This record gives sequence, structure tokens and C-alpha cells, in this order.
Amino acid sequence: MTSPSIASKSMTMGEAGLMSVFAVSAYVCYFAGAMGHDPAFTFHALISSAASLAAASVILNRYYERPAQLPPAQIKGRPNYNLAPIKFASVMAMFWGIAGFSVGVFIASQLAWPALNFDLPWTSFGRLRPLHTSAVIFAFGGNVLIATSFYVVQKTCRTRLAGDLAPWFVVVGYNFFILIAGTGYLFGATQSKEYAEPEWYADLWLTIVWVTYFIVFLATLVKRKEPHIFVANWFYLAFIVTIAVLHLGNNPALPVSVFGSKSYIAWGGVQDAMFQWWYGHNAVGFFLTAGFLAIMYYFIPKRAERPVYSYRLSIIHFWALIFLYIWAGPHHLHYTALPDWTQTLGMTFSIMLWMPSWGGMINGLMTLSGAWDKLRTDPVLRMLVVSVAFYGMSTFEGPTMAIKVVNSLSHYTDWTVGHVHSGALGWVGFVSFGALYCLIPWLWKRELYSLKLVNWHFWIASIGIVLYISAMWVSGVLQGLMWRAYTSLGFLEYSFIESVEAMHPFYIIRAAGGAMFLIGALIMAANLWMTVNAKQTDQIQDTGALQVPGNRSSHVSLEPTQDL
Amino acid sequence: MSLWNRHKIFEKNSILLIAGILAVIAIGGLVEITPLFYLKSTMEVVDGVRPYTPLELAGRNIYVREGCYLCHSQMIRPLRDEVERYGHYSLAAESMYDHPFQWGSKRTGPDLARVGAKYSDEWHVAHLTNPRAIVPRSVMPGYPTLAHTELDLTVMAAHLRTNRAVGVPYTEDQIKNAVADLKTQLDPDSADLASFQKRYPKAAVRNFDGSVGNPTELDALIAYLQMLGTLIDFKLYDEKANLR
Repeated sequence: MTSPSIASKSMTMGEAGLMSVFAVSAYVCYFAGAMGHDPAFTFHALISSAASLAAASVILNRYYERPAQLPPAQIKGRPNYNLAPIKFASVMAMFWGIAGFSVGVFIASQLAWPALNFDLPWTSFGRLRPLHTSAVIFAFGGNVLIATSFYVVQKTCRTRLAGDLAPWFVVVGYNFFILIAGTGYLFGATQSKEYAEPEWYADLWLTIVWVTYFIVFLATLVKRKEPHIFVANWFYLAFIVTIAVLHLGNNPALPVSVFGSKSYIAWGGVQDAMFQWWYGHNAVGFFLTAGFLAIMYYFIPKRAERPVYSYRLSIIHFWALIFLYIWAGPHHLHYTALPDWTQTLGMTFSIMLWMPSWGGMINGLMTLSGAWDKLRTDPVLRMLVVSVAFYGMSTFEGPTMAIKVVNSLSHYTDWTVGHVHSGALGWVGFVSFGALYCLIPWLWKRELYSLKLVNWHFWIASIGIVLYISAMWVSGVLQGLMWRAYTSLGFLEYSFIESVEAMHPFYIIRAAGGAMFLIGALIMAANLWMTVNAKQTDQIQDTGALQVPGNRSSHVSLEPTQDL
Repeated sequence: MSLWNRHKIFEKNSILLIAGILAVIAIGGLVEITPLFYLKSTMEVVDGVRPYTPLELAGRNIYVREGCYLCHSQMIRPLRDEVERYGHYSLAAESMYDHPFQWGSKRTGPDLARVGAKYSDEWHVAHLTNPRAIVPRSVMPGYPTLAHTELDLTVMAAHLRTNRAVGVPYTEDQIKNAVADLKTQLDPDSADLASFQKRYPKAAVRNFDGSVGNPTELDALIAYLQMLGTLIDFKLYDEKANLR
């Protein structure tokens, strides 16, 4: 190694510190791998060791290649935005999206044709299903959230993202968590707590990454050049803070050995059930709702070039939403051994939750006031708006299903699966696609390759969603009714397997719907690939003013801004 | 008007905004979760529920590993059809030693809360190996590898000890005899049978997978499935005493 040529150049504390941490971690993980009790642990320790080594050398190499000074916060009086980590997260989002949708189509096909399980441990439905849910929710959704939040917080605070290596640590570290979690499921390393499957060491790693994410986001907010914190950032902040609380509350576990993957969760039985669905429902509420509402509050006004409809509505629905959501968990445990008082609270608050949910929907949709004609010409905006419509639909369906009488029919059936997917494909999927169609051209400073392809994506995916959710509605209600059907003589009319048989055609339709959604995403990936590889234009896309609710509200809270 | 202006305090101070968010999200969780740890009515008073035997625990860990809960619930609701189809509705006390709980949220297959002693061991061996050999229209994956995967006995005591650390009342005696107890449960002729049955009352003792040789994962999984829902004698259970 030669010493750097410029004498004044020296390592920052962050570079030196992080490099040493990774060097130590490479050694410790290698040692742990050698001591590992089970294949999952050994494999994870060894790839952690290799990844630590790679991280340390990348940091060192970056130090040698960079100029003496770190990138300035401003260039000619304009903020010098940090876009590279956002580019990374956006590409990963697209990658994991396609991976997650593909696994979804595969496991949907397994339910129609069980031979596809191949009778191998690592290809069975029970191991692949968490791979699907984690890939779409945490990998695809998570990368979209991290990418957009880093973008929106810089733009609306008019300041460069805080930290030098920290944002990279967040995006790469988060994706490494996904890798550990996903490969763990294939080995059978799982806590078997729905949507909280990763084992203890993956949980610990995620905690470190998430706290760093929180610090980067907060530090950027703190050094903002705008007096007010823009509404999208309230939602991002609530999402980041609450997910941290939920993750820590639901996952305390004691490993059998520090050199093994198996652990036992601290909570047991009924308390574990309550913790789990407090977490589980608010993974929906804060990960899949609050975070994506933040996307809605930035990207729809930008794309429609209209101000957010109502500032007051955003205040009311923000606080009401985050207050009420936390209570809704017990509706996953209706008629179970959870005490009735808890179930009743869960039901009551779930029904109340309808109102702030629709507050968000109204605020999103009405932002289109005066710009509805754009739906005809701009398929990206159409995708964003339809996502909000799906949000409205599933946040009406949800409270309905949270009513105990309805739940006695719908619980344990495919109706739940259909409900989840109308929210996941329609709302989260479409709002993410819309955001990425905006973000990728802005980040790479290119013109979007083809609006026509966006149109194809929109229609193929929409038809796919309709096939998916209507198949699941029918099969879910059918299942529920068959289970409770009695003959005139007072006997149960159907054996369980008859209800399984009856699902077969709907499982095929569902798999077909999912496949169409996947095809749409492949079209999108091709479109974005062509966009990024096109010749650079000088024209910067993201110049449309983010307008603020000026004359609609007597009180202007958000400073009028150009070029946010 | 003034109230809207007061909201500025949150919009202009990120730390206050975080404090506000934390305060607002704390309430629901605190109200719904905390009382479950101290309200006596949360858990019914019952006889018969005991910690899992080492073999059953090993079987439960396979159930957890394979993600069985994704298609099978273990929670019978007090609805007429469920009670007739599956048996007495589930009690909170029945899963009090479950870390994690496996109530599930989906029934692609039937509920398993009381599947214990419903089918023969041979049925389970054949069904787990190839479900469609027994139930032609089943969509369950086959698990043929369980039959020839041996259990790792060296870690059993550590598993029991970890369970005790999270609140399952395993005694020192039970932990010390973990490996011996696991083997005894597969061997009705064992000399340790009496002391095993004292440590784990009502535990079934037999060769679950029906094949000779070292304990397999299939032995463990079937032992677990065959005990599910069998610990409480509902002829003696006083429902009225536990009305909540």
C-alpha cells in the first residue's frame, strides 16, 4: 500500500471507524462460521465474513480514489444532493420486486398443482411463502421506501443527505439483511412469526441498520433549509420510528446457542399472539401505509403539478391514523383465546380507522382537482391515482372484515389473502411503480423511455389484480360457507378436503392474475433499463414546482417553494 | 384558527414531532398488551397442561422450521361448526408454554389444535411422506426426508434450558435427563419409563415412525402432532369457572 499522494488528504472518522469495524467483523464472523451448529448459521456467518471483508476494502478503495475533500453540501448556492445511494436502492427495489412476484406466482401455482413442491425441503410452500412475503414487503417495498424517503427528505429540506458513508451503510446493509433473511428461510431458519420470520442475528443486524436509517433521516431533517417539515416527511418519520418500536417489541428472543440459528421468542402463548399481531397489523399500518402515504404526498402533487388538496386534512388524518392503527391488531385474533375485551377494542378501533384512511385517500385523489384530464395522457399519474383508489377500497374492506360477525366467516380463508393483495398489489405496488417511473428519470436525468409501455404495464397489471382479488373473494367466501354448512339433518355438510377441492379453479385463476402482474413488472424493468441506458439529456426532469395549499387553506404552513 | 397555528410547533421541530409520534403510538399498545401480563382472567385455570417432552419439543421445532402454521391453524374458535369439526374450542392455557405461539391465520389445510390421537401413527407416516397417497386431492407438500433425517440429540438439554429462560417451567431434573427422556419416549421397554412418565404425565410412549434405528425427525414430528390438544380432559373441565 502506498500512502496517498496528497498530503492533506486523510481518512474521516467514519471511514476509519467503519473500516475497522468491518475488519473485526470479518474475523469474528469467520470464527463464528467455523463454530456454527447448523448449516444456516455457518452459511450466514461465512457470507457475513466475506461481505465485511468486501465492505472494508470498498471503503479503503473509495478513500484512495476520492478527492481530498468530501463532496460539498452546496455547489454554487444550490444543494448538492446525494443521489447515488438512492439509485442503488431503486435498482434493488426493481430486482427484489421481480424476484418476489416470481416466487409469489410459483407458490400460487404450488397450491393449484402441489407436485411443484418437488418434495424437497427448500422448495416446499412453507419455506417459500415467507420468502415471497419478505421479498415483496420488506425487499421491494422497503427499498422503495428507503429510496424515496432519501430523495424526498433532501428535496423538501433543500439540503444534502446527512452523513457520508451512513446512507450507503443503510441501503447496502438493508439489502444484506434481506439476503440473510431470505436464504435463512430456504434453510428452515425461521421464527415462524408471520412477517417477522428472520432469526435473531438477522433481527439484530436489522436493528443496527434501522437505527442508522433513523439517524440519517433525522439529521437531514435537522439541518433543513426550509422552516417547515413537509407533510410527506411526517409520514416517513412515523414509519421509521414506529417500525423500530414494533420490531423491538415483537422480536426479543433467546438463542439456544450464539453459534446457532435457532432461538426461542421471549413471549409465549396468548401474550405472544397479541405482540405478534400488534406488530403484524402495524407492519401493514406503518410500513405499507404510512410510508407509502408519504410517497403519495410527494409524488402525486409533483406529477399532477397541483398542491396537496388540504393541509388541515393532512394534519387530522396523520395524527388520527397513527393513533388508531396501533389498536387494530386484535382483529387478527377474533374469537380466539385472546380475552374478549382486547378483541372488542381491536374491532372498535379498526372500524374507526376507516375515517383517517379515507382522509388520506381524499387528500390524495382531490389533489387532482383541475388536473383530472392528465389521467388520459399520463399513464404514470393514472397508476398513482388508481393506487389511491385501491387504498380506499382496501381500507374500507379491512374495517368490514374486522367486524366480528364478518370475521367469523372471513378468518382463516382466502378472503384475507385477497384483501391483503388488493392492498399490496393495487395500493403498495402501483404507488411504488408510479414513484419509480418518476424517480428513475429524475435520478439519471433522462427522459422516460416509453409512456406507451407504461400504459401496457398499467392495463396488464390491473387486469391481473382484478383476476387475483375476485378469485380470492369467491374462493374465500365459498370456503367460509362450506365450512359452516349444515345438512337438513343437522350434520356438517362438507368434509374439509371437499373445500380444498373446490378451491382448485380459483387457485389457477389467482396464479394467472399474479403472472400478469409479474409480466407488467417485467415490462416496467425493460422500460426503466432503456431509460437509464439512453443518452443523457441536459434537461433536469424534477423541476415542476411542488405547490402548497395556498388559497385552499387560510393558513399556509408550507413555504411556497420552487424546485423542491 | 389558533389550533391550526399551534400545529406549527411540530412542523418546525423534528424532535417534538418524534416525541409526539412516540406518545401517540404508545397508547394503544400499552392498553392492549400490558394487562395481558397481569390480569388473572387472561389464562384459564386448568389441569393437565405441562411443558413439552424433549421429543415433542424437537417435533414442534420441525413444525416451526417448515412453516406449517402458514396453512394450519391451531386455534379452534367457539363457533358451532368448528367445535363439531375439530373439538372443544381452544383455551389460552393450552398454548401457555408455546414460544412462539402457532395459532396461525390461514386454513389451507384443517386446524390441528386437537389432531392428537385422531389418526394412527401409520397414517401420519404415510401422509407426511406423501399426502396424496392418503388424501388424493390434498395440496400439502410431501416431506419424505423427515424419515431419514436423524435428530441432533446433543443440543436437547440446551433447548430445554433456553425454554426455561423464557418462562417454561422445566425442572433441573428434566433438563438433566433431556436426551435420556427423548430416547425413552420412543421405547416402551425402557427401564426409565416410570421416571419419564413422572416427569411428563400422560406422555405417549412408543416408536412413532415405526422403524428401528436412531430417533428421526419423523418420530419427533409425529410425537408432537399426536399430543396436540390431548393434555386437558374436557370431561373434567369446568367451563363456568373460567367464564371471562
